Amino acid sequence: MIQCKTSKAISGMGHSMKRKEDARFLQGKGHYVDDIKLPGMLYMDIVRSPYAYAKIKSINSEEAMKVPGVVAVVTGRDLEKYNLHWMPTLMSDTQMVLPTDTVMYQAQEVCAVIATSRYAARDGREAVRVEYEPMKPVIDPYKAMDANAPVLRKDKEGKKDNHIWNWKVGDKEKTEKVFENAEVVVKQHMHIPRIHVASIETCGCVADYDKVNNHLTMYMTTQAPHAIRTVIALVAGHVGLTEEKIRVVSPDIGGGFGGKVPVYPGYVIAIAVSFLVGKPVKWIEDRSENLQADSFARDYHITVEMAGTKAGKIQATRFKVLADHGYTDASANPSKFNTGLFSIATGSYDYDTSYMEADAVYTNKPPGGVAYRCSFRVTEAVHAIERITDRFAFEIGKDPAQLRMENFIKKEDFPWKSPTGWIYDSGDYHAGLKKAMDAIGYDELRKEQVEKRKKGELMGIGISTFTEIVGAGPSKDFDILGIKMFDSAEIRVHPTGKAIARFGTKSQGQGHETTYAQIIAEELGIPAENIQVEEGDTDTAPYGLGTYASRSTPTAGAAASIAARKLRDKARKIAAYLLEVSEDDLEWEPGKFSVKGAPEKSKTIQEIVFAAYTNHPQGMEAGFEATHYYDPPNLTFPSGAYICVVDIDKETGAIHVRRFVAIDDCGHIINPMIVQGQVHGGLTQGIAPAMYEELIYDEDGNILNGTFMDYLVPTAVESPHWETGHVVTPSPHHPIGAKGVGESPTVGSPPAIVNAIVDALSPYGITHMDIPVTPFKVWKALKDKGAI
Amino acid sequence: MNKEITITVNGTQHTLEVEPRLLLVHLIREVLNLTGTHIGCDTTSCGACTILMDGKSIKSCTVLAVQADGKSIKTIEGVSAEGQLDSLQEGFHLNHGLHCGFCTPGMVMRATELLANNPNPTEEEIRWGISGNLCRCTGYNNIVKAIQYASAKNRGVPTASTEPEFV
Repeated sequence: MIQCKTSKAISGMGHSMKRKEDARFLQGKGHYVDDIKLPGMLYMDIVRSPYAYAKIKSINSEEAMKVPGVVAVVTGRDLEKYNLHWMPTLMSDTQMVLPTDTVMYQAQEVCAVIATSRYAARDGREAVRVEYEPMKPVIDPYKAMDANAPVLRKDKEGKKDNHIWNWKVGDKEKTEKVFENAEVVVKQHMHIPRIHVASIETCGCVADYDKVNNHLTMYMTTQAPHAIRTVIALVAGHVGLTEEKIRVVSPDIGGGFGGKVPVYPGYVIAIAVSFLVGKPVKWIEDRSENLQADSFARDYHITVEMAGTKAGKIQATRFKVLADHGYTDASANPSKFNTGLFSIATGSYDYDTSYMEADAVYTNKPPGGVAYRCSFRVTEAVHAIERITDRFAFEIGKDPAQLRMENFIKKEDFPWKSPTGWIYDSGDYHAGLKKAMDAIGYDELRKEQVEKRKKGELMGIGISTFTEIVGAGPSKDFDILGIKMFDSAEIRVHPTGKAIARFGTKSQGQGHETTYAQIIAEELGIPAENIQVEEGDTDTAPYGLGTYASRSTPTAGAAASIAARKLRDKARKIAAYLLEVSEDDLEWEPGKFSVKGAPEKSKTIQEIVFAAYTNHPQGMEAGFEATHYYDPPNLTFPSGAYICVVDIDKETGAIHVRRFVAIDDCGHIINPMIVQGQVHGGLTQGIAPAMYEELIYDEDGNILNGTFMDYLVPTAVESPHWETGHVVTPSPHHPIGAKGVGESPTVGSPPAIVNAIVDALSPYGITHMDIPVTPFKVWKALKDKGAI
Repeated sequence: MNKEITITVNGTQHTLEVEPRLLLVHLIREVLNLTGTHIGCDTTSCGACTILMDGKSIKSCTVLAVQADGKSIKTIEGVSAEGQLDSLQEGFHLNHGLHCGFCTPGMVMRATELLANNPNPTEEEIRWGISGNLCRCTGYNNIVKAIQYASAKNRGVPTASTEPEFV
């Protein structure tokens, strides 16, 4: 049971307040980017490459220009005149806006058609004739490392191979020594394949440049509007578009999940065209373009090893990663972290030795590496550690729950320093796993499994006990293109005691309009229903780095809390003045200050705020406003214990997820209903890559499932009935002890599902399955082992 | 060669000249400016554009406007009076059946027909019933609860708790 300090009327933290944002979405009054219609607006469509690697011999727009309504065809050569044909990526690599001579992946933007209507733009697109000279692409990242592999990035002077970077962390020698002397070593190679965020709203924008006032308004699907404004100013400052002349508006967003962090070429082309013609330009990609060309997620090839004792003590881990980045490193990571936060891969276990190394390569595939509902490569890390932990348990014949219980970091050992240098803030891993085991009936399930196995039936139980790392991040280490990763809140309380609060983050469905209001209600006692939350307009909101990596509550949520406390301090001064007592004689309860020992003498927050405008003490600044920019002292470390039960049909390989229990620890909970909703959604985005989703390329670089017809987003039928619960270990360094939750279930659930499937198949000597684990893969594995 | 069509949308009759290739979803969104109906894919897979045509839920991205000639259309804007919620919309609100809201109008329209045909569906019938509509945010648990809530309310039986349940 979650304790609440405030009444339901105030609805501070812990109340399952119904969401303030729902009304407009339920009545068709949401305001998404494709709903924007401006006078004189032009439409843009994009011609895309059918080849993964080809020289462009010519682009003929003659027929396209004859299509009624087509006003322009824009090519890389046109952008080159303004030095806008290339742009920087977040990882300081370079990416084409439009090519001048070579295309590097299938579906790459080749040129753009601008027309007076959506249909005319599409007609024009079909009429453009492009002549290509196809070349043999490099698709396999291991082959990209071959000495004789063709060098893909010929635009980079002196580049002699396809290697991007090498990264390492940990103590290599010490790790080698532990492995050499270990009683037990297990090793597993795995691929975490390319997947796509596939938010139901695709990406798009309306770029509206006003020539008279030299002002750009950019409406776009972005999770980080302020950073985008700065990037536009840095890229287009040389043509006179300086930062005060740019307003970025992120309207309602139909799901982001990290896919709306990067800057895609379409946005830049739309801005360039609007700048040149002085009219608004709308670009909305269709679903297939979104799947085929926008940033992918994952695509890590991992070899993981674990060393331990026969008795089951984990002693060391070692990881070797090959990262396939496509033709440019356009990962959405903090600048100093080219593998993101992969070094969380040591997991929830108490040992002190680990070494990790990663190499990244170019291939002829779309660029990216977005943090898809994952705080920068944590999903890959968790999959590796949770799979190898199960392999280790299997190897020594120990129950995987028991092995985890014996190796967990103990709750009294927090803060705990990991072998790769992270300081885990808090956790109670034993309590989480115990709760999950009790909820699912673990011991009974194991007994049932024994009986089933006697009959030759396949049933598996899989566990994942993961540690997340979110809330980037402390400014000493974390920046994006040099901008530190703080976030912000500004609270203005009106004379009648109602408030507006603005933030540097941007909700994409997470419910910020409700949860931020609840944080402020908790601190000030103003009812959450009287606090209006606004985000996404750079003209009005304070600067912030946006919403991704589960960072909104850890950063902007903390900022809201501290800004509200500044106001409470001011309220105390005003209350002391109004009640004619000293500040020390006052005590606070949510919503009012009263005199100690004389509770009948009190002032409500509403009375105090009114006085701030009508009767404030002489010498005090009038008004009731505060702003805070919060620089977190550390990241937060949510954790979870997930258990999955599967039944597998031996003859067909069909996998049925019978039950799935998820116990999450995200610290103090602001709104249990919203937290639970986040967990449900995240779990479904975990079963998706575990069992259904993968972007598949053939050896010529053709994408084989680039539409929703064949990219299998789970429906209500594939999604199990999720069961959720929590344990609470507050983050000691966060003002309200919260940790962030949005991504934990996506990160933590795939290995629970795979571990359950492998557990079911283990009697036949099967020790690993790469995701997505499909019925065919299961059937084939059983067939190969002679089980059927 | 444009064609004249007459359609009734949310109770209002419109006579319009349309291109024969104009998709119904574009007529609804861009000609009639009813932007509550969304577009989420180009292959009739996601259901974000679901509306009711003569009471039957259809994906309006794969129907031509001319095919709607003489028909009666209901979109999310026509489900309830502004500022009010019908039982399904209320069910979605109280049970947290929506996050980003993009799939929600299509889900509500699909569920409207589902309950019209089957006033008291089982959980499995609900899951199969909405399997033509994708939601990327909610994981469907609470959409199922929302539809169960509306089913109970429509039938006049007590609705289940709308508080989150934890193990």
